[in-house]
Amino acid sequence: MNPTLRAILSRAAKAVGVILAIVLLNFMLIRLAPGDAAAVMAGQAGAADEMFMEQLRAQFGLDRPLYVQFFTYLGGILQGDLGFSYRQGTEVSVLIAERLPATLLLTVSAFGFALFFGIILGAIAAMNVGRALDFVISVLSLLFYATPLFWFGLMSILLFSVWLGWLPATGMMTIGAGYTGWDHVVDVARHLVLPAVTLGLFYMAVYTRMTRASMLEVRDMDFVRTARAKGLARGVIVRRHILRNAILPIITLAGIQAGQLVGGAVLTETVFGWPGIGRLAFDALVQRDYQVLLGVFLVTSVMVVVFNIITDLVYRMVDPRIGALE
Amino acid sequence: MTAFKRFLRNPKAIIGMVILLAATIAAVLAPVIFPQGPWPMANRPFLPPMEQPGFPLGTDMMGRDIMVAIAYGAQVSLLVGLSSTLVALLVGILLGALAGFYGGIVDDVLMRVTEFFQTIPTFVFALLLVAILSPSIQSIILAIGIVSWPPVARLVRSEFAALRNREFVKAAMVLGRSNRQIILSEILPNTMSPVIALASLMVATAILTEAAISFLGLGDPNRMSWGYMIGASRTVIRQAWWMSFFPGVVILLVVLALNLVGEALNDVLNPRLARKGRQ
Repeated sequence: MNPTLRAILSRAAKAVGVILAIVLLNFMLIRLAPGDAAAVMAGQAGAADEMFMEQLRAQFGLDRPLYVQFFTYLGGILQGDLGFSYRQGTEVSVLIAERLPATLLLTVSAFGFALFFGIILGAIAAMNVGRALDFVISVLSLLFYATPLFWFGLMSILLFSVWLGWLPATGMMTIGAGYTGWDHVVDVARHLVLPAVTLGLFYMAVYTRMTRASMLEVRDMDFVRTARAKGLARGVIVRRHILRNAILPIITLAGIQAGQLVGGAVLTETVFGWPGIGRLAFDALVQRDYQVLLGVFLVTSVMVVVFNIITDLVYRMVDPRIGALE
Repeated sequence: MTAFKRFLRNPKAIIGMVILLAATIAAVLAPVIFPQGPWPMANRPFLPPMEQPGFPLGTDMMGRDIMVAIAYGAQVSLLVGLSSTLVALLVGILLGALAGFYGGIVDDVLMRVTEFFQTIPTFVFALLLVAILSPSIQSIILAIGIVSWPPVARLVRSEFAALRNREFVKAAMVLGRSNRQIILSEILPNTMSPVIALASLMVATAILTEAAISFLGLGDPNRMSWGYMIGASRTVIRQAWWMSFFPGVVILLVVLALNLVGEALNDVLNPRLARKGRQ
């Protein structure tokens, strides 16, 4: 079998295991909540009366053994049924599906921003190690690394939209403007800048530091000396020999951190009123709408798993040795 | 003692320790200097900073003194940061030690579990735990502890796996010491220096996570915290920037200080690893 295909299959099998485990975890969390599972499903904020709860208990078979309940729950999820939000009066899966594209746009942009500028800044710092530029970049990344992202978001609203008036503060598009075509794209992009930078900043700092450390390590290796001895131009050595090798650990790390990025989206979307599933999670949190929260947890976990598979494939493209070894 | 002296000479360590000392003093002395607590109205609401003597940071929308609230907030941040890191260390060291020492199937199973906890979106999971267990300082500590142990487990496991075949461990085995004794008194002390450096970075992350949880309104309702201050005043940010600005600066400083101390500890305790950056 083609090694890449085999790798994808084995990753997919692992992913199925992870998702099953998350479903199990969700199932246990429902039982951890105060009150019985019917109360959790109805939403704790008292959206349901006693008769309705009885009906729920019968419907979900809460009087039956636990493993039967689990398979009922699992069966529902496999059919795309993430439960019903009694607070919002809609299927959880519908609520999430509506908002998923906005979150994907935000997280992918933030990730791209973080990776691109992280690697560039890290490379600049490494090439100027010990000089003023290196110091400035290192101090900045240390600061960004310690900044609470929700606070940075608020301050950037204050600076760039309230005081300077350069960018819109909240939402995903200008309401009522009715832009179409290219105007619409520009409008969304202008709304995207602050949230994406806010969400990406911390990871940019992480990638900057990683790239710098990794490049300094690769820089002293024998093959780099050989390239230098061959008389290659400095730019070629940095790009094709040092950076390409130094970038590998960063891709691995980036895959692992995808989960944290999705989590940060809850904060970013809350600050900027971005209509994604993070904002949905915040509203559900305020209303203790556990069904929606559990659904968001499941869907974001699936997003992370998919993200991990993609980074794995990218890794294979950047480092052909991996495919050759198997 | 030489490592300790080198630590004290490190400029990163000095800056970090000074900030942490200030935060600790604020947390400990808050009830002494401000016995009235952070909740009562102290002046008119929306008082800007530096406008009246005695209120250098101004008041919030309920007229509460922001300086007092920040001092009390230090209690929550430090308490949650330290306790949740302790929880994470206990879980992580236990699982990492077992996986690294026994290897084989134990290692496989435990590392699968660790990988699982590293894959799931940890912040969403922590929020879910706090919401379901109902917001309190205990549930926040538990939730942050539960999501932060995997790096400890991986680190301790790799140290154990590397040390378990060394001569001093073999010697202890030949002497007939039990596995428990070998794990606790032979190998574990030798793995501590990277764990200590990691722990100070974990406290920093825990403080950021606590602030984020409180910002979203899931903080302990009986305790003033920095995240809550920012979250509560974010709707009035256009009129009153100072209410969310100052608590954020304080979070930034404390987290920065912990990162600096962690790096300095790494430089001193693990000179070999220091260059490799951190995960």
